[in-house]
Amino acid sequence: MEKIQYDYPAQHTVKQRVHVGVVGSGDLEVLLEPSPDARTHVVVNTSVDGFGATWKNVLDRFFARFHGAVSIEINDFGATPGTVMLRLGQAAEGLRA
Amino acid sequence: MNTDQAARAGYRRFLERRSFIEMNARERVRAVLDPGTFREMLDPFDRIKSPWLPLQGIVAQADDGVVLARGTLQAKPALIAAIEGAYQGGSMGEVSGAKIAGALELALDDCAQGRLIWPVLLFETGGVRLQEANLGLAAIAEIHAAIIALRRYVPVVGVIAGMVGCFGGMSLAAAVCTHLIVTPQARLGMNGPEVIEQEAGIEELDATDRGLIWSLIGGEQRYAAGFADDLLEDDADAVAAAIRKAISTGPASARAPARSMQVERYAELIRAIDPDQPPDSESLRRLWKPKALP
Repeated sequence: MEKIQYDYPAQHTVKQRVHVGVVGSGDLEVLLEPSPDARTHVVVNTSVDGFGATWKNVLDRFFARFHGAVSIEINDFGATPGTVMLRLGQAAEGLRA
Repeated sequence: MNTDQAARAGYRRFLERRSFIEMNARERVRAVLDPGTFREMLDPFDRIKSPWLPLQGIVAQADDGVVLARGTLQAKPALIAAIEGAYQGGSMGEVSGAKIAGALELALDDCAQGRLIWPVLLFETGGVRLQEANLGLAAIAEIHAAIIALRRYVPVVGVIAGMVGCFGGMSLAAAVCTHLIVTPQARLGMNGPEVIEQEAGIEELDATDRGLIWSLIGGEQRYAAGFADDLLEDDADAVAAAIRKAISTGPASARAPARSMQVERYAELIRAIDPDQPPDSESLRRLWKPKALP
Protein backbone atom coordinates (compact mmCIF):
# COMPACT_ATOMS: atom_id res chain seq x y z
CA MET A 1 0.00 0.00 0.00
CA GLU A 2 1.30 3.43 -0.89
CA LYS A 3 0.20 6.99 -0.10
CA ILE A 4 0.97 9.66 -2.69
CA GLN A 5 0.22 13.39 -2.40
CA TYR A 6 0.09 16.13 -5.03
CA ASP A 7 -0.86 19.81 -5.07
CA TYR A 8 -2.11 21.83 -8.03
CA PRO A 9 -2.93 25.51 -8.53
CA ALA A 10 -6.64 26.32 -8.82
CA GLN A 11 -8.65 29.14 -10.37
CA HIS A 12 -12.07 29.07 -8.74
CA THR A 13 -13.78 27.80 -5.62
CA VAL A 14 -16.06 24.79 -5.40
CA LYS A 15 -18.97 24.43 -2.99
CA GLN A 16 -20.25 20.86 -3.32
CA ARG A 17 -18.98 17.46 -2.26
CA VAL A 18 -19.07 14.51 -4.64
CA HIS A 19 -18.46 10.83 -3.96
CA VAL A 20 -18.11 8.27 -6.75
CA GLY A 21 -16.80 4.72 -7.12
CA VAL A 22 -16.08 1.69 -5.01
CA VAL A 23 -12.83 0.30 -3.58
CA GLY A 24 -13.36 -2.89 -5.58
CA SER A 25 -11.15 -4.90 -7.90
CA GLY A 26 -9.89 -2.66 -10.72
CA ASP A 27 -11.89 0.27 -9.41
CA LEU A 28 -11.41 3.20 -7.05
CA GLU A 29 -13.31 5.60 -4.84
CA VAL A 30 -13.07 9.39 -5.27
CA LEU A 31 -14.03 11.80 -2.48
CA LEU A 32 -14.08 15.36 -3.79
CA GLU A 33 -14.78 18.33 -1.51
CA PRO A 34 -14.02 22.07 -1.30
CA SER A 35 -10.37 22.84 -0.60
CA PRO A 36 -9.55 24.64 2.69
CA ASP A 37 -7.34 27.05 0.71
CA ALA A 38 -7.06 28.31 -2.86
CA ARG A 39 -5.12 25.27 -4.08
CA THR A 40 -6.05 21.73 -5.04
CA HIS A 41 -4.83 18.85 -2.89
CA VAL A 42 -4.84 15.22 -3.94
CA VAL A 43 -4.17 12.22 -1.70
CA VAL A 44 -3.95 8.83 -3.35
CA ASN A 45 -4.10 5.66 -1.26
CA THR A 46 -3.33 2.79 -3.61
CA SER A 47 -2.98 -0.96 -3.17
CA VAL A 48 -0.38 -1.10 -5.97
CA ASP A 49 3.08 0.24 -5.12
CA GLY A 50 5.53 1.91 -7.50
CA PHE A 51 3.23 3.73 -9.92
CA GLY A 52 3.80 7.31 -8.68
CA ALA A 53 4.89 8.52 -12.13
CA THR A 54 1.77 7.07 -13.77
CA TRP A 55 -0.47 8.69 -11.17
CA LYS A 56 1.24 12.04 -11.77
CA ASN A 57 0.69 11.74 -15.54
CA VAL A 58 -3.01 10.98 -15.12
CA LEU A 59 -3.55 13.76 -12.56
CA ASP A 60 -1.51 16.32 -14.59
CA ARG A 61 -3.71 15.61 -17.57
CA PHE A 62 -6.94 15.87 -15.52
CA PHE A 63 -5.95 19.15 -13.83
CA ALA A 64 -4.93 20.68 -17.14
CA ARG A 65 -8.68 20.86 -17.79
CA PHE A 66 -10.16 21.06 -14.28
CA HIS A 67 -9.39 24.20 -12.27
CA GLY A 68 -11.64 24.01 -9.17
CA ALA A 69 -10.02 24.35 -5.74
CA VAL A 70 -10.78 20.92 -4.31
CA SER A 71 -9.45 18.35 -1.88
CA ILE A 72 -9.54 14.94 -3.49
CA GLU A 73 -8.99 11.65 -1.73
CA ILE A 74 -8.61 8.60 -3.94
CA ASN A 75 -8.84 5.11 -2.50
CA ASP A 76 -7.59 2.84 -5.26
CA PHE A 77 -7.83 -0.91 -5.65
CA GLY A 78 -5.80 -1.44 -8.80
CA ALA A 79 -7.71 0.75 -11.27
CA THR A 80 -6.14 1.30 -14.70
CA PRO A 81 -5.26 4.89 -15.72
CA GLY A 82 -8.32 4.87 -18.00
CA THR A 83 -10.62 3.96 -15.13
CA VAL A 84 -9.02 6.61 -12.91
CA MET A 85 -9.63 9.25 -15.58
CA LEU A 86 -13.26 8.14 -15.99
CA ARG A 87 -13.92 8.29 -12.24
CA LEU A 88 -12.31 11.75 -11.96
CA GLY A 89 -14.43 12.90 -14.89
CA GLN A 90 -17.53 11.44 -13.23
CA ALA A 91 -16.72 13.33 -10.01
CA ALA A 92 -16.26 16.60 -11.95
CA GLU A 93 -19.57 15.96 -13.69
CA GLY A 94 -21.19 15.48 -10.27
CA LEU A 95 -20.16 19.08 -9.42
CA ARG A 96 -22.22 20.38 -12.32
CA ALA A 97 -25.27 18.25 -11.42
CA MET B 1 -50.22 -12.76 -29.04
CA ASN B 2 -47.97 -14.79 -31.36
CA THR B 3 -44.50 -15.99 -30.47
CA ASP B 4 -42.79 -13.10 -32.24
CA GLN B 5 -44.83 -10.49 -30.41
CA ALA B 6 -44.27 -12.26 -27.09
CA ALA B 7 -40.53 -12.34 -27.74
CA ARG B 8 -40.53 -8.65 -28.63
CA ALA B 9 -42.52 -7.74 -25.52
CA GLY B 10 -40.09 -9.77 -23.39
CA TYR B 11 -37.15 -8.08 -25.09
CA ARG B 12 -38.65 -4.63 -24.48
CA ARG B 13 -39.28 -5.46 -20.81
CA PHE B 14 -35.67 -6.57 -20.52
CA LEU B 15 -34.40 -3.33 -22.08
CA GLU B 16 -36.63 -1.09 -19.96
CA ARG B 17 -35.85 -2.91 -16.72
CA ARG B 18 -33.38 -1.29 -14.32
CA SER B 19 -31.00 -3.98 -13.06
CA PHE B 20 -30.76 -4.00 -9.27
CA ILE B 21 -27.74 -6.31 -9.30
CA GLU B 22 -25.68 -3.88 -11.38
CA MET B 23 -26.26 -1.04 -8.88
CA ASN B 24 -23.77 -0.31 -6.13
CA ALA B 25 -24.98 -0.19 -2.52
CA ARG B 26 -25.80 3.55 -2.52
CA GLU B 27 -27.68 3.33 -5.82
CA ARG B 28 -29.67 0.38 -4.47
CA VAL B 29 -30.76 2.35 -1.41
CA ARG B 30 -31.88 5.28 -3.57
CA ALA B 31 -33.77 2.88 -5.88
CA VAL B 32 -35.66 1.40 -2.93
CA LEU B 33 -36.64 4.53 -0.95
CA ASP B 34 -39.42 6.92 -1.93
CA PRO B 35 -37.91 9.44 -4.42
CA GLY B 36 -36.22 12.42 -2.77
CA THR B 37 -36.28 10.99 0.77
CA PHE B 38 -32.76 9.48 0.84
CA ARG B 39 -30.80 10.83 3.82
CA GLU B 40 -27.49 9.08 4.48
CA MET B 41 -26.04 8.62 7.97
CA LEU B 42 -22.26 8.29 8.46
CA ASP B 43 -21.61 9.00 4.80
CA PRO B 44 -18.19 8.57 3.13
CA PHE B 45 -17.13 12.12 4.09
CA ASP B 46 -17.49 11.20 7.77
CA ARG B 47 -14.66 8.75 7.04
CA ILE B 48 -15.75 6.20 9.64
CA LYS B 49 -13.61 3.44 8.15
CA SER B 50 -11.74 0.33 9.14
CA PRO B 51 -8.71 1.04 11.33
CA TRP B 52 -7.51 -2.56 10.81
CA LEU B 53 -7.24 -2.97 7.02
CA PRO B 54 -4.50 -0.32 6.41
CA LEU B 55 -2.41 -1.99 9.14
CA GLN B 56 -2.57 -5.10 6.97
CA GLY B 57 -1.69 -3.23 3.77
CA ILE B 58 -5.25 -3.06 2.43
CA VAL B 59 -6.84 0.19 1.19
CA ALA B 60 -9.96 1.04 3.22
CA GLN B 61 -13.19 2.43 1.76
CA ALA B 62 -14.42 5.65 3.37
CA ASP B 63 -17.78 4.16 4.45
CA ASP B 64 -16.36 0.67 5.24
CA GLY B 65 -18.71 -0.78 2.64
CA VAL B 66 -22.00 -0.07 4.40
CA VAL B 67 -24.54 2.55 3.35
CA LEU B 68 -27.03 3.57 6.05
CA ALA B 69 -29.94 5.76 5.13
CA ARG B 70 -33.20 7.03 6.53
CA GLY B 71 -36.08 7.87 4.27
CA THR B 72 -39.59 6.65 3.63
CA LEU B 73 -41.27 3.64 2.00
CA GLN B 74 -44.76 4.64 0.92
CA ALA B 75 -44.52 7.45 3.48
CA LYS B 76 -43.59 5.05 6.32
CA PRO B 77 -40.33 5.97 8.11
CA ALA B 78 -37.67 3.49 7.02
CA LEU B 79 -34.08 2.55 7.75
CA ILE B 80 -32.12 0.94 4.93
CA ALA B 81 -28.74 -0.72 5.44
CA ALA B 82 -26.98 -1.83 2.26
CA ILE B 83 -23.74 -3.76 2.01
CA GLU B 84 -21.35 -3.03 -0.89
CA GLY B 85 -20.48 -6.43 -2.33
CA ALA B 86 -17.64 -5.13 -4.51
CA TYR B 87 -15.64 -3.92 -1.47
CA GLN B 88 -13.83 -6.74 0.35
CA GLY B 89 -16.56 -9.20 -0.67
CA GLY B 90 -19.15 -7.28 1.34
CA SER B 91 -17.42 -8.54 4.47
CA MET B 92 -18.49 -7.44 7.93
CA GLY B 93 -15.70 -5.77 9.87
CA GLU B 94 -15.79 -3.96 13.19
CA VAL B 95 -17.00 -0.69 11.66
CA SER B 96 -19.32 -1.96 8.93
CA GLY B 97 -20.90 -4.40 11.38
CA ALA B 98 -21.25 -1.75 14.08
CA LYS B 99 -22.87 0.65 11.61
CA ILE B 100 -25.63 -1.87 10.86
CA ALA B 101 -26.01 -3.07 14.47
CA GLY B 102 -26.04 0.49 15.86
CA ALA B 103 -28.61 1.68 13.35
CA LEU B 104 -30.88 -1.31 14.05
CA GLU B 105 -30.56 -0.74 17.81
CA LEU B 106 -31.54 2.93 17.42
CA ALA B 107 -34.53 1.86 15.31
CA LEU B 108 -35.40 -0.62 18.07
CA ASP B 109 -35.35 2.17 20.69
CA ASP B 110 -37.70 4.20 18.52
CA CYS B 111 -40.04 1.23 17.94
CA ALA B 112 -40.11 0.48 21.68
CA GLN B 113 -41.24 4.08 22.30
CA GLY B 114 -44.04 3.73 19.77
CA ARG B 115 -42.28 5.51 16.87
CA LEU B 116 -42.24 2.69 14.34
CA ILE B 117 -39.37 2.49 11.84
CA TRP B 118 -39.38 -0.14 9.11
CA PRO B 119 -35.90 -1.68 8.64
CA VAL B 120 -34.68 -3.13 5.34
CA LEU B 121 -31.37 -4.94 4.89
CA LEU B 122 -29.80 -5.20 1.43
CA PHE B 123 -27.38 -8.10 1.81
CA GLU B 124 -24.39 -8.71 -0.44
CA THR B 125 -21.85 -10.30 1.84
CA GLY B 126 -19.40 -13.15 2.25
CA GLY B 127 -19.89 -12.89 6.03
CA VAL B 128 -17.28 -11.90 8.58
CA ARG B 129 -14.19 -10.00 7.39
CA LEU B 130 -11.36 -12.43 8.17
CA GLN B 131 -8.86 -9.58 8.75
CA GLU B 132 -11.04 -8.33 11.63
CA ALA B 133 -12.10 -11.74 12.89
CA ASN B 134 -13.79 -11.63 16.30
CA LEU B 135 -14.64 -7.92 16.09
CA GLY B 136 -16.68 -8.62 12.98
CA LEU B 137 -18.28 -11.72 14.50
CA ALA B 138 -19.30 -9.77 17.61
CA ALA B 139 -20.98 -7.16 15.43
CA ILE B 140 -22.78 -9.88 13.45
CA ALA B 141 -24.14 -11.34 16.70
CA GLU B 142 -25.42 -7.87 17.63
CA ILE B 143 -27.11 -7.63 14.23
CA HIS B 144 -28.87 -10.98 14.83
CA ALA B 145 -30.07 -9.88 18.27
CA ALA B 146 -31.30 -6.54 16.95
CA ILE B 147 -33.26 -8.14 14.07
CA ILE B 148 -34.93 -10.61 16.42
CA ALA B 149 -35.85 -7.83 18.86
CA LEU B 150 -37.10 -5.55 16.06
CA ARG B 151 -39.34 -8.08 14.38
CA ARG B 152 -41.65 -8.04 17.41
CA TYR B 153 -42.59 -4.52 16.35
CA VAL B 154 -42.24 -4.39 12.57
CA PRO B 155 -41.46 -6.81 9.78
CA VAL B 156 -37.70 -6.83 9.08
CA VAL B 157 -37.19 -7.23 5.33
CA GLY B 158 -34.02 -8.69 3.79
CA VAL B 159 -33.02 -8.66 0.12
CA ILE B 160 -30.36 -10.88 -1.47
CA ALA B 161 -29.93 -9.82 -5.08
CA GLY B 162 -26.49 -11.15 -6.07
CA MET B 163 -23.96 -11.62 -7.39
CA VAL B 164 -22.04 -12.03 -4.10
CA GLY B 165 -24.93 -13.62 -2.22
CA CYS B 166 -25.17 -13.93 1.53
CA PHE B 167 -22.90 -16.21 3.53
CA GLY B 168 -21.46 -17.00 6.94
CA GLY B 169 -22.88 -15.30 10.00
CA MET B 170 -24.80 -12.92 7.77
CA SER B 171 -26.72 -15.85 6.26
CA LEU B 172 -28.17 -16.24 9.76
CA ALA B 173 -29.09 -12.54 9.75
CA ALA B 174 -30.97 -13.15 6.48
CA ALA B 175 -32.59 -16.25 7.96
CA VAL B 176 -34.00 -14.37 10.97
CA CYS B 177 -35.56 -11.64 8.83
CA THR B 178 -39.34 -11.63 8.80
CA HIS B 179 -39.45 -11.52 5.02
CA LEU B 180 -36.66 -12.49 2.64
CA ILE B 181 -36.56 -11.46 -1.03
CA VAL B 182 -34.20 -13.20 -3.48
CA THR B 183 -33.46 -13.21 -7.21
CA PRO B 184 -32.41 -16.26 -9.24
CA GLN B 185 -28.85 -14.86 -9.15
CA ALA B 186 -28.79 -14.78 -5.32
CA ARG B 187 -27.08 -17.41 -3.19
CA LEU B 188 -27.77 -18.09 0.46
CA GLY B 189 -25.68 -20.43 2.59
CA MET B 190 -23.43 -20.78 5.61
CA ASN B 191 -20.19 -21.82 3.84
CA GLY B 192 -19.50 -20.60 0.33
CA PRO B 193 -18.57 -23.11 -2.39
CA GLU B 194 -14.85 -22.21 -2.34
CA VAL B 195 -14.69 -22.81 1.41
CA ILE B 196 -16.43 -26.19 1.11
CA GLU B 197 -14.11 -27.27 -1.70
CA GLN B 198 -11.05 -26.14 0.25
CA GLU B 199 -12.10 -27.87 3.48
CA ALA B 200 -13.83 -31.03 2.22
CA GLY B 201 -12.15 -31.56 -1.14
CA ILE B 202 -13.21 -31.28 -4.76
CA GLU B 203 -14.98 -34.69 -4.52
CA GLU B 204 -17.42 -33.05 -2.09
CA LEU B 205 -18.05 -29.91 -4.16
CA ASP B 206 -16.50 -28.49 -7.30
CA ALA B 207 -16.60 -24.73 -6.69
CA THR B 208 -16.36 -24.03 -10.44
CA ASP B 209 -19.61 -25.93 -11.18
CA ARG B 210 -22.03 -22.99 -11.26
CA GLY B 211 -25.07 -25.06 -12.19
CA LEU B 212 -24.53 -27.38 -9.24
CA ILE B 213 -23.88 -24.49 -6.83
CA TRP B 214 -27.02 -22.58 -7.80
CA SER B 215 -29.07 -25.80 -7.66
CA LEU B 216 -27.99 -26.16 -4.01
CA ILE B 217 -27.96 -22.61 -2.64
CA GLY B 218 -29.29 -20.42 -5.47
CA GLY B 219 -32.28 -18.11 -5.11
CA GLU B 220 -34.73 -20.38 -6.96
CA GLN B 221 -33.83 -23.42 -4.87
CA ARG B 222 -33.95 -21.49 -1.59
CA TYR B 223 -37.35 -20.11 -2.53
CA ALA B 224 -38.66 -23.51 -3.61
CA ALA B 225 -37.47 -25.10 -0.35
CA GLY B 226 -39.22 -22.43 1.71
CA PHE B 227 -36.25 -20.33 2.89
CA ALA B 228 -37.23 -17.19 1.00
CA ASP B 229 -40.60 -15.50 0.62
CA ASP B 230 -40.29 -13.78 -2.77
CA LEU B 231 -38.41 -14.80 -5.90
CA LEU B 232 -38.03 -11.82 -8.26
CA GLU B 233 -36.33 -11.11 -11.55
CA ASP B 234 -33.39 -8.70 -11.35
CA ASP B 235 -35.47 -5.50 -11.51
CA ALA B 236 -35.05 -2.53 -9.16
CA ASP B 237 -38.72 -1.52 -9.44
CA ALA B 238 -39.86 -5.07 -8.67
CA VAL B 239 -37.58 -5.16 -5.60
CA ALA B 240 -38.91 -1.79 -4.40
CA ALA B 241 -42.51 -2.97 -4.89
CA ALA B 242 -41.92 -6.29 -3.08
CA ILE B 243 -40.40 -4.44 -0.09
CA ARG B 244 -43.47 -2.17 0.11
CA LYS B 245 -45.78 -5.18 -0.04
CA ALA B 246 -43.80 -6.98 2.68
CA ILE B 247 -44.04 -4.04 5.11
CA SER B 248 -47.75 -3.55 4.50
CA THR B 249 -48.55 -6.66 6.57
CA GLY B 250 -50.30 -6.12 9.89
CA PRO B 251 -48.83 -6.35 13.39
CA ALA B 252 -46.52 -9.21 14.37
CA SER B 253 -49.39 -11.01 16.11
CA ALA B 254 -51.13 -11.33 12.73
CA ARG B 255 -48.15 -12.95 11.04
CA ALA B 256 -47.09 -16.60 10.97
CA PRO B 257 -44.37 -17.38 13.54
CA ALA B 258 -40.86 -16.56 12.26
CA ARG B 259 -38.98 -19.42 10.63
CA SER B 260 -36.38 -19.31 13.40
CA MET B 261 -39.12 -19.95 16.00
CA GLN B 262 -40.38 -23.08 14.26
CA VAL B 263 -37.68 -25.31 15.71
CA GLU B 264 -39.70 -28.53 15.85
CA ARG B 265 -40.98 -28.15 12.28
CA TYR B 266 -37.47 -27.70 10.89
CA ALA B 267 -36.08 -30.53 13.08
CA GLU B 268 -38.74 -32.74 11.50
CA LEU B 269 -37.74 -31.63 8.00
CA ILE B 270 -34.12 -32.50 8.74
CA ARG B 271 -35.16 -35.89 10.15
CA ALA B 272 -36.94 -36.60 6.87
CA ILE B 273 -33.56 -36.72 5.12
CA ASP B 274 -31.46 -39.89 5.03
CA PRO B 275 -27.82 -38.73 5.15
CA ASP B 276 -26.71 -41.98 3.47
CA GLN B 277 -28.90 -41.09 0.49
CA PRO B 278 -28.66 -37.30 0.24
CA PRO B 279 -31.50 -35.85 -1.85
CA ASP B 280 -30.86 -33.94 -5.07
CA SER B 281 -32.28 -30.43 -5.49
CA GLU B 282 -35.58 -31.59 -6.98
CA SER B 283 -36.34 -34.16 -4.31
CA LEU B 284 -35.40 -31.70 -1.56
CA ARG B 285 -37.98 -29.27 -2.94
CA ARG B 286 -40.58 -32.06 -2.88
CA LEU B 287 -39.58 -33.12 0.65
CA TRP B 288 -39.58 -29.65 2.18
CA LYS B 289 -41.69 -27.19 0.27
CA PRO B 290 -45.20 -28.43 1.11
CA LYS B 291 -44.33 -28.75 4.79
CA ALA B 292 -42.33 -25.53 4.92
CA LEU B 293 -45.39 -23.44 4.10
CA PRO B 294 -47.14 -22.18 7.24
